[in-house]
Amino acid sequence: MSARIDSVRIGVVTFPGSLDDRDAARAIRIAGGEAVELWHGDSDLKNVDAVVLPGGFSYGDYLRCGAIAKFAPVMSLIIEKAHQGLPVLGICNGFQILCESHLLPGALTRNDHRHFICRDQKLRIESTDTFWTSDFEVGQEIVIPLKNGEGGYVADEKTLDQLFAEGRVIATYQEVNPNGSYRDIAGISNARGNVVGLMPHPEHAVEALTGPSLDGIPFFTSAVRALVGAS
Amino acid sequence: MARVVVNVMLKPEILDPQGRAVQGALGRLGLTGVTDVRQGKQFVIDLDGELDAHRSATLDKLAGELLSNPVIEDFTLTVSD
Repeated sequence: MSARIDSVRIGVVTFPGSLDDRDAARAIRIAGGEAVELWHGDSDLKNVDAVVLPGGFSYGDYLRCGAIAKFAPVMSLIIEKAHQGLPVLGICNGFQILCESHLLPGALTRNDHRHFICRDQKLRIESTDTFWTSDFEVGQEIVIPLKNGEGGYVADEKTLDQLFAEGRVIATYQEVNPNGSYRDIAGISNARGNVVGLMPHPEHAVEALTGPSLDGIPFFTSAVRALVGAS
Repeated sequence: MARVVVNVMLKPEILDPQGRAVQGALGRLGLTGVTDVRQGKQFVIDLDGELDAHRSATLDKLAGELLSNPVIEDFTLTVSD
């Protein structure tokens, strides 16, 4: 971990087929952090304090979304460190990679209506007890872009019950369930709260010029604030 | 030379939107009485030499870690010479 007090280094992994790595890096900078480029073939995490796995279509979504990415050299390091507490945020394809890596339970499957969807999506924040959501308030409603073809969150009933009972559902879809996700789940965390997966895209809602809101910023300021406090 | 075939299917409780779409198309194209369609994947893996115990165990492991996701899918593995 970095001992520097003045700089919070958050890595953004680029896989072949990643699309949203640059927007994720921009969101980190807007939140006051230093964005560090990580490459899928890297065998070094460059001393980052946290990692964002961005959206896109890593390895062309071949086999299953995220199935190849979990075996990337950089992922073996991230999986190991995440088990030790490294904060990791997976957005869209990143969420799929986290589920494939078994850092998060369940899986993301093809949208129940079979169409790719792109819309500004209303969410309700359900948990602020994670590394990436502490700057929100429970019950807060936000609007951020959603764009996926395979965003239907599924898990068995026992796992779903457990996620809600333990406060590990971090956001739910409001008004419209856009992809058939069980129990309207848009994002979840691991038990420790350092690993969060989210299907909608907070990194596309950090600037008035390009986003429907600025509601994505707190995901990134949560992490920066926690890391500054920790150093 | 050995050939291993791995079939991967979504677990029965997981919704299969692609299967649904195919079911609809079969009906529109004149096939009556289709009650369900499930779509899966088949991997045909050719190996040189004999399939020894080590490679067999490795294949079985990878069928569950790479070729299928045990959270949502089941697989069957058959060896044909």
